[in-house]
Amino acid sequence: MTRRRVPEWFVLLLPAIIVIAAVVLIPLIFSLYSSFTPYKLTRPSTLWKWVGFFNYEKILTDAKFWAAFGRTVLFLTIVLNLELLLGLGIALMMNKVTWGQRTLRTILMFPMMFSPILVGFQFKFIFNDNIGLVNNVLQSVGFQNASLPWLVDGNLAMFSIMFAEIWMSTSVFAILILAGLFAMPRDPLEAAKVDGCTAWQTFRHITLPFLMPFIFIAMTIRSLDVARAYDIVQIMTGGGPARRTELLWTLMSRTGYVDARMGLANAMGYVSILLSILFTIYFFRKLSAARAELGMAG
Amino acid sequence: MDRNLAHRNRRRALKTAHFIGLFLVMSIICIPGLWIVLNSFRPTVEIMAKPPVWTPSFTLDHYRAMFGGAGEGGVPVFSYFRNSLIVSVVSTLIAILIGMSGGYAFARYRFKGKSGYFVGLMLFRAVPGVALSLPLFIVFARVGIIDTHFGLILAYVAMNVPFTIWLTDGFFRQIPKELHEAAEIDGCTRWQAFWKVEFPVARSGVASAAIFAFLTSWNEFALASQLTRSVGSKTMPVGLLDFTAEFTINWGGMCALAVLMIVPALVLTFIVQKHLIAGLTFGGVKG
Repeated sequence: MTRRRVPEWFVLLLPAIIVIAAVVLIPLIFSLYSSFTPYKLTRPSTLWKWVGFFNYEKILTDAKFWAAFGRTVLFLTIVLNLELLLGLGIALMMNKVTWGQRTLRTILMFPMMFSPILVGFQFKFIFNDNIGLVNNVLQSVGFQNASLPWLVDGNLAMFSIMFAEIWMSTSVFAILILAGLFAMPRDPLEAAKVDGCTAWQTFRHITLPFLMPFIFIAMTIRSLDVARAYDIVQIMTGGGPARRTELLWTLMSRTGYVDARMGLANAMGYVSILLSILFTIYFFRKLSAARAELGMAG
Repeated sequence: MDRNLAHRNRRRALKTAHFIGLFLVMSIICIPGLWIVLNSFRPTVEIMAKPPVWTPSFTLDHYRAMFGGAGEGGVPVFSYFRNSLIVSVVSTLIAILIGMSGGYAFARYRFKGKSGYFVGLMLFRAVPGVALSLPLFIVFARVGIIDTHFGLILAYVAMNVPFTIWLTDGFFRQIPKELHEAAEIDGCTRWQAFWKVEFPVARSGVASAAIFAFLTSWNEFALASQLTRSVGSKTMPVGLLDFTAEFTINWGGMCALAVLMIVPALVLTFIVQKHLIAGLTFGGVKG
């Protein structure tokens, strides 16, 4: 009889697998189960009642849920695209700077160190309609009665939240794209110049393709924690006014913690998990495709 | 002559536009943070003043209240700071150990379904904190580790391991295999070859992974707000909420705590700034 030896790689991976299984997998299985029950925190016995897909049917036919879902997708689309464009712009500008670049790069990393909840409070303060910096400046430069209700009006509140989110996360893109620009070989650029390419052509056909993997890394890193937006929204508006800034995550936490309807909240949780996973897989695939194109696959 | 002049003018205009654009970007990045710092030194009357006061006066009242006033509804800042420090440091250390061994396994061994395992691990990182906090709260409450350092550390380790694996994997992969083979031929054990030869080379990658793990734990809110209840385990992001009452917010006090929260992260990032960028790019591009 031959004894099978446990392979070394498995031993090395084992601690990671154990921790993740204990802290993430088991709760997720539990929440999957409880999403099929009418579980309420206040009545533990409801955990043993099986109701099948009732919770899912309920949220999928709920207009409030779909509104939050659509808003979340829209929010992510706008925010991620703007962050990418701004990050690209900032990186290109930074690349042209001839002196003090290190200092500027350090400043650029500033927002990355801020806790999302701190960002939320900071912009709640700045966009405050009574004592906020924005309104104070507006009034001081002459708009005497400009007291814009930044966090009270639905559209303005959404704008403020997006501003906060973009402020916090653009630097991830800018820094990664800047690193890509530094790593770029000079020869193709010079060849393009000799061949008479315009600045736009050079950018479009040489710089941008080279930057693609860096852009996708940034996207992948971002897609891992898009849900950080929850902290910001929760602090700045809490989903209000009148649900105009309600995202999937705030709706879920309200259903779970305020209404104590865990089963329903967990069903929503699964929808949001699927959303995050789809984002992540999409960008991971893009990343490996971009890598393969540049021959960096390992 | 005319064309020369036009060309020069255009260059000058571009240069000015570049400078203005950069200046605007930098101000937008800096002003919100500086505003917080500035307001932590202003008396509450002035913060709330209407019309606004633009010439700031200086006071240390908020800091005095924060550090001195554990009584009279004050916020126990020292406890929060200590909790944050313990939880972040311990969870970072454990996550680095576990993540490094995992990253090494991915970088050095061939096995079936490797990329499947890898993406699978990353997906666990993608689970939103809010979605996880509901079931995690119930499970932790059953086990009885809610409101303890241990519970929070456990949660953060699980949260940080996937990303650590991703970064360290990229770094170990860059080190040529011949290096540790040579070390083994010279009589090192596999462990010695790793510890004495490969680890020092990959050190900057490990450092950057550590910074990310630390910042994530230091700043995390969604999980901490549910898994901690009392002064004994609340971290600083949760503590920020102590300054909010039903309808009012003690802005000055909150700004002071915010400054206390941001300074350690700032100092740490300054020290290892170089590794941070290198870690992100190498780990990702060549990984």
